[in-house]
Amino acid sequence: MENFLVSINYTGWILHVLLALPLAGAVAVALTSAAVAKRLALGITIIEFLLSAPLWFMVNTATGTMELVATVPWIPQWGINYAVGIDGISLMMVLLTTMLMPLCVLGSFSYITHREPGYYALLLVLTTGMIGVFVALDMFLFYVFWEVMLVPMYFLIGIWGGKNRLYAALKFFVYTMAGSLLMLVAIIVMVRVAAVMGGGKVSFSYFHLLSYAQTPIMGRLAPWLFLAFFLAFAIKVPIFPFHTWLPDAHVEAPTAGSVILASVLLKMGTYGFLRFAVPFFPNVAFSSGVTTVVVSLAVIGIIYGALVAMVQPDIKKLVAYSSVSHLGFAMLGIWAASIQGVQGALMVMIGHGFSTGALFFLIGMIYERRHTREIDAYGGIAKVVPIFSLILTFVALASIGLPGLNGFVGEFLVLIGSFQQFPIATGIATTGVIFAAAYLLWALQRMIFNKLDKPDNETIPDLTRRELIVLVPLLIGIVWMGLYPKPVLDRMEPAARRYILTAKGMPIPGEAVTPTRGAAQ
Amino acid sequence: MLLGPSLVLSAILFAIGVIGVMIRRNAIVLFMCVELMLNAVNLSFVALSTAHGFGGQVMVFFVMTVAAAEAAVGLAIILAIFRHTRSVDLKNINLLQG
Amino acid sequence: MNPSWIWLTIALPFAGFLANGILALVKPDAKRVVSLVGPGVLLAAFGVAAAIFAGLWSAPPDEAVVVPLWAWIGAGALEINLALQVDQLSLVMLMVVTGVGSLIHIFSVGYMHADPGFARFFAYLNLFVVFMLILVLGSSLPVLFVGWEGVGLCSYLLIGFWYQDKANADAGKKAFIVNRIGDVGVMIAMFLIFWSIGSLEFTEIAKRAPEALAIGGTLVTAITLFLFLGCAGKSAQIPLYVWLPDAMAGPTPVSALIHAATMVTAGVYLVARTSVLFAMAPLSSAVVAGVGALTALFAASIGLRQYDIKKVLAYSTVSQLGYMFLGVGSAAFTAGVFHLVTHAFFKALLFLGSGSVIHAMHHAYHASHSHDDPQDMRNMGGLRKYMPVTFWLMLLATLAIAGVPPFSGFFSKDEILASAFGRGAEHPIYYLFWAMGALAALMTAFYMMRLIAMTFLGENRTGAKEREHLHEAPAVMTGPLLVLGVLTVAGGIINFPAFWPTGPHHGLESWLEPVLAPAAKLMPVHLPHGSTEYALIAAAVAIAILGLVAGYRATMRRTIPVAKQAPEEVGFAKVLFHKYYIDEIYRSLIVRPLVGVSRLVLWKFVDQGVIDGLGVNGSGGLARGLGWLGGRLQSGQLGLYVIVFVVGAVWLLHAVGR
Repeated sequence: MENFLVSINYTGWILHVLLALPLAGAVAVALTSAAVAKRLALGITIIEFLLSAPLWFMVNTATGTMELVATVPWIPQWGINYAVGIDGISLMMVLLTTMLMPLCVLGSFSYITHREPGYYALLLVLTTGMIGVFVALDMFLFYVFWEVMLVPMYFLIGIWGGKNRLYAALKFFVYTMAGSLLMLVAIIVMVRVAAVMGGGKVSFSYFHLLSYAQTPIMGRLAPWLFLAFFLAFAIKVPIFPFHTWLPDAHVEAPTAGSVILASVLLKMGTYGFLRFAVPFFPNVAFSSGVTTVVVSLAVIGIIYGALVAMVQPDIKKLVAYSSVSHLGFAMLGIWAASIQGVQGALMVMIGHGFSTGALFFLIGMIYERRHTREIDAYGGIAKVVPIFSLILTFVALASIGLPGLNGFVGEFLVLIGSFQQFPIATGIATTGVIFAAAYLLWALQRMIFNKLDKPDNETIPDLTRRELIVLVPLLIGIVWMGLYPKPVLDRMEPAARRYILTAKGMPIPGEAVTPTRGAAQ
Repeated sequence: MLLGPSLVLSAILFAIGVIGVMIRRNAIVLFMCVELMLNAVNLSFVALSTAHGFGGQVMVFFVMTVAAAEAAVGLAIILAIFRHTRSVDLKNINLLQG
Repeated sequence: MNPSWIWLTIALPFAGFLANGILALVKPDAKRVVSLVGPGVLLAAFGVAAAIFAGLWSAPPDEAVVVPLWAWIGAGALEINLALQVDQLSLVMLMVVTGVGSLIHIFSVGYMHADPGFARFFAYLNLFVVFMLILVLGSSLPVLFVGWEGVGLCSYLLIGFWYQDKANADAGKKAFIVNRIGDVGVMIAMFLIFWSIGSLEFTEIAKRAPEALAIGGTLVTAITLFLFLGCAGKSAQIPLYVWLPDAMAGPTPVSALIHAATMVTAGVYLVARTSVLFAMAPLSSAVVAGVGALTALFAASIGLRQYDIKKVLAYSTVSQLGYMFLGVGSAAFTAGVFHLVTHAFFKALLFLGSGSVIHAMHHAYHASHSHDDPQDMRNMGGLRKYMPVTFWLMLLATLAIAGVPPFSGFFSKDEILASAFGRGAEHPIYYLFWAMGALAALMTAFYMMRLIAMTFLGENRTGAKEREHLHEAPAVMTGPLLVLGVLTVAGGIINFPAFWPTGPHHGLESWLEPVLAPAAKLMPVHLPHGSTEYALIAAAVAIAILGLVAGYRATMRRTIPVAKQAPEEVGFAKVLFHKYYIDEIYRSLIVRPLVGVSRLVLWKFVDQGVIDGLGVNGSGGLARGLGWLGGRLQSGQLGLYVIVFVVGAVWLLHAVGR
């Protein structure tokens, strides 16, 4: 297998194909009829996943450096390149994305009933955007992908969403845009400063900017630049108090939209912190003031998200607020900057992708049957839909963080990793697991347990085979990540270590200190 | 020689035109006031050309051409508005109100 | 059998869980298969456990045999293997769990036979055993924690087994959430241990703790107190005991297996497992003993005034667990484990016996379509005539729990009280704990005899129509009861004290010695000797007999009205009947305010009001308002525009000209 992949120069073209295939597919899908569109989109996303799967073996993650790097000039006058690369962290994010997309397409078959070609085309464009964000090594390219992803999501919510979709779509768009425009300004400022420092060489390259990030001029600007990056990513994560777009967007988005939002889009915020905001400006990020603020916000998010989730009457909103809580753990881990903390944050990101994705699928499925998301409209349906109830319970337990399932691994690592540095904050954050149990079990009880007392619920059909096919990969992922996360952790560890060293401003063993950094002292 | 008085006259005419545009409501009158301003400027051009060469006189021709074109388009618009509203009172024409 | 086969004891019930689970979904009425598979896998697991036990019996290992399965979590210095640990302590627990578990599984075949969720029940029960075995066999705290939370999950599922009734679903949820409060303690303890000792493996903790931590220091005290918080949750101690009485909403075999014999003793097991840490923290040990004694007394007093037969047993369990903690808190880890084992025998017997009674009552009421409560003891009475086997066995268990020699409970309870008394010589506060324990023993004997008298003696109060339907349970149910009866009577043999005329003496103590020796070195137990010892024993026996007699006389003295006609309780009895109103206090002081604050303050005010209203939509509104103001300038009046223009031009000319 490996020989074959080498013989076809797999590592040479795979990233470009992963980016180009969905885009080309989107054009094709947009031009076909509804019946063809869904099948074609499914085929493309499956091919995309199959193509990406060998990355698991073929990317050398042992050093934590960027692999499969390719650079092609794009707008040479401004130093803009098409530059991509992949390391252990982005590998997992890319695989998570490509794995979820076929499920999202398949899960939409019966949910989307009008303007299908457009819908599936947008999903494919979104795929390119998401993968692009995770592999871009040029800040301009990164920004382009970052925005590319925004547009399809806007339309997905705005066209195929629920009753209040226009408000939600606009809120999502403006909220995110407000952050990302600030980030663009920061990127341009960084490029200008680097050009001045570097004798006029203009470059948007990630590594180029990284090597100038520690210079004194940049240092003086750093607080403002960091703030801009912080806002862009904090909104995306979302960190309390920048989270209010999330419940609205989740509630109004179609099922696949919610799944993608929760499973991948939110991870771009934390990914942004890991890849850009913190490594660029470690001195600001880990100054005592910023640390205090971020850690407090993370802990507030954990508790606040859980408490607010507890009182939601709408099951989708409940899950949306639970995301605020879960991503708070990821932020805590990233700021702990210990190996357990960072690995834990990454596991939270992956684990949340599986369990929350599955939760949104399940909610979408029951919504298709009963056309309501009110928790109190259900009750006792375990008797009518046993398989649905079983899977919902299972996924809810994973989300609660039951050891042996995926949620626990991440939370445990984050908490143990940040305990040494922030014992009080971690102690408070740990109590989040109580509230997590409270909100999910309470909702579970009101939905599937208690008395079957509403006539509308008595005739709900159980899950179909297609729906089971959508869910089973996620369930496998949940068990796998819970029982044997080692291969994933091992692949991410070198990259996570590299992040920690950069974050602490320490030289990376075996690599010469970048001359510019030394010269600038 | 006559430069000073000419410029004073030009300024007076221009001011009359400005004040006319500011306070009159009739579109035709307003239009004439605009013409008055243009010609006030023309006068100063001519007067100044005695001191600075023929450039000013050339400019007068440009202004007159533009003014003619403007009069043609402007009057046509006013006519169209009159047909529509039976009035050329600017008080009633506020379609661009915010 | 080689200990490396230990994984089989977990794999077998897991296979049973899968088989029964699939049957529950596709063919729920395949009861014959289920009733073979469910108990069958347990018996097989018991067989494997017994074979391993037998193999190690003659040559017990000095060090724990760790059987690694696979690498689970790894990040930097933190490396957690999914590994099972076979040593003397885990073997004792293994035998209890699979042995008592098998009996209860067999009993359940009869008890649950008419239930439509038969297959689902056995799937849950098998899964519970899987997690319980992971708990007792796990070689490190995180692996133990997998079982720890897993048994909580199964407890949740089984309490809410009849989920159509809201009260049951409520009870399950309450159990899970209260347990989670304790679990936070275990997690924080793990963090502290990892950062101070550097490992979460039990063997490493025992080895490195004495060097890494200062004896009596803040750190070890904090670790042990957080661990104990977890134990208090799982083992239903003050202040987290509230879930256990409610947990009686589950089917009775569940109460026997999970909420009496095995899961709730996990806290005691954890303290024994980390005995080195507790031995290094005298303050924590005192807290453990104190909470244990207080819980024993408190729960026993509530048990005095309950009428639901299972509620009495539930409070009795809470109380007995308190004893176990009094034992381990007095550094008598062996005594704690000893009581754990004997309690598993006699309490399982009591619960299964009560299950047999409820089974009979349920059938009787079912036959006459009556809606009376089949668990209320006021509706029973005189059942001795109808179910003699159950009566005699429950009477034996009552004598055991009351501490009458030579039944098993006498030895274990006596050892705990003696250890507490012995420790009083160093720390006088333990004399108080001992006194509380002794008083609780009096109450225990009283309420247990009250239970027997109300249920089995006197006149029958079930009702004339129902009476003829009362009958003894089938053999599949009485069989396990008989086995438990034998264990209840003879269970003391595993650890006879020195004064007992027949041997073997101190069996359990010498068996557990390799595991508990490090702790014993740090905090030795000084049992009273000579005349003090005999005086204590005499006092204990006297207390037991006094309680039994008083309980019998108080119950038989007057006629008991049936539940429907029962008068309102008055005075302190009312407070006891309402369990000191603890549930009500928790609800109005914690639950309601939390939900209310979350809804009104956090969600409606902060989220929707401040952040969304002021921040997000506020900035949108601000932009809109500015736009509106700008729009006002656009009057459409040409004259106004020109005036503004001219004024501006003049100002500009003036400014430029200067």
